[in-house]
Amino acid sequence: MTDAKAQKPTIAAAPRKTVFQRFMRRVQNNFRLIIIAVPLVWLVLFFLAPFFIVAKISLAELAIASPPFTPMIEWLDGGVVTIRLVFDNFAYILNDSLYFDTYVNSLKISVTSTIICLLLGYPIAYAIVRSGPVAKPLLLFAIILPFWTSFLLRVYAWMGLLADQGTINNLMLRLGLIDEPIRMLYTEFAVYVGIVYTYMPFMILPLYANMEKLDGSLNEAAADLGSRPTNTFFRVTLPLTMPGIIAGSLLVFIPATGEYVIPDLLGGGNVQMIGRVLFNEFSSNSDWPVAAAVAIVLLFLLVIPIIIFQYYQGKASQDP
Amino acid sequence: MYSRRSRFLTIMLILGLAFFYIPMIMVVIYSFNDSKLVPVWGGWSVRWYQVLFESEEVWSAVALSLKIAFINATCATILGTMAGLAMVRFGRFKGRTLFGGMLVAPLVMPEVITGLSLLVMFIALNQLFGWPGERGFTTITIAHITFSLAYVAVTIQARLTGMGETLEEAAADLGAKPFKVLTAITLPRLTPALVSGWLLAFTLSLDDLVIASFVTGPGANTLPILIFSRIRTGLRPDINALATIIILAVAICISIAAILMFRQQRADMLDQQMAAREDT
Repeated sequence: MTDAKAQKPTIAAAPRKTVFQRFMRRVQNNFRLIIIAVPLVWLVLFFLAPFFIVAKISLAELAIASPPFTPMIEWLDGGVVTIRLVFDNFAYILNDSLYFDTYVNSLKISVTSTIICLLLGYPIAYAIVRSGPVAKPLLLFAIILPFWTSFLLRVYAWMGLLADQGTINNLMLRLGLIDEPIRMLYTEFAVYVGIVYTYMPFMILPLYANMEKLDGSLNEAAADLGSRPTNTFFRVTLPLTMPGIIAGSLLVFIPATGEYVIPDLLGGGNVQMIGRVLFNEFSSNSDWPVAAAVAIVLLFLLVIPIIIFQYYQGKASQDP
Repeated sequence: MYSRRSRFLTIMLILGLAFFYIPMIMVVIYSFNDSKLVPVWGGWSVRWYQVLFESEEVWSAVALSLKIAFINATCATILGTMAGLAMVRFGRFKGRTLFGGMLVAPLVMPEVITGLSLLVMFIALNQLFGWPGERGFTTITIAHITFSLAYVAVTIQARLTGMGETLEEAAADLGAKPFKVLTAITLPRLTPALVSGWLLAFTLSLDDLVIASFVTGPGANTLPILIFSRIRTGLRPDINALATIIILAVAICISIAAILMFRQQRADMLDQQMAAREDT
């Protein structure tokens, strides 16, 4: 009895240990494969595959069912498979001036906002690069902090500033600059303010990263050779910071085009942007095939900018 | 010539920082406003903080958001680190371009597209396998992991490229197996990037509104969804109090992450200087 009791733990423990060891050995042998495969499978399943389903739905018809669209492949009696591709949704979007105007308006707003972000962000990034060794990390931190502070609440903060009874109007009324409040909230102006405000750090950070690597002696060489500062800027600095300008501009332009929250809260229904139309088509109208088609067209508009961005990002991550 | 330009740059910098911080400072100030009407100043008070703390709806949304953010940050850090390692340390492998593309695309993809496509994915999965069933906690967590793993991967990639392969090669030369190199050399040296990646994923998840709105179901409100619906129905003073708390919490998290990264950078710089000195 006592012998059996004493032996029991060793008998039980021995195989468990070897199973674990065998498992670990297998992990070690397939180490590279596991490290590549796990995130790859996740991304294919939850990032790539969904787009194909959206593409599929955009070619379906609206149906009163759950989910509200017709299946693409149907089994008819006798084992005949029919594949139904309906391009009506795309025809509908492209013919309806509401959608067309909204795409154009979205692009107009995001292009303009990108240019404003660049014009304001470039000198800010340059100013940080030129700061001393103590100020530089602190300033960089000051730029990054609002970037990570709730996006929604930063948009909300502007609602309080821009409202008819808001801080800016109150201040100007009290100073006697205006006699009655200026309407700022729920206008296109408010949408511009919101986009520039929330996306500015996306412009400054890549610009900063790029300018940091610039060789200051090039500027000195240009100056020694008699180039004036403006000339040096346009002939030397600007071309060298082009990768930063492109990366920053795309980081602002691409998400701003599909923006939903800012036009909704600051534009208040007066400013039509495609992200908002897409969201409403899907949630209020429940027209999923049209919503999917709107998304596909938007994706096509953004495919080239996204590929350019990936190209630059890929190059940046390969540089030592 | 230089002094004039630097004055212009300084003015731009000051204006930029004012532009960034004034709106947030106003929210913090108005969170202590006694008045029921947001824009009217009615004296200092903490009544909206009291209203906020008594609201059960807010607390359950906070609990759900924190739970999702925690699981998301942990899973995204694991997956993002694997992805970062694969991209920087494994050289060329089949499908690397596709892999890199899928890692970068979520960073720029408009949220409405990501949200819509994830929703249809979940519905398709549900029809095929009866999973994930009710939309809410699980679906939001999966959606958040998908986009935040990209941010973690970028952070890890930057760190891996920055720290070079010398130590890893040395360990391998001394006979360490790849797995041992990873656990004994690479991961410990990655710690600051892992922590800041985790915090990044955590805050991203707490902040997300659009994707969560797409993939959530009735009854599962995260904090941003709750705030958004309240803001839309009119400016409510207790939102200012909530905003102040969130701004403070995020500022603390990001400060920790920044200090960790900064320290590591300084340590690396010192190491390099020492090495350079020994060489000469």
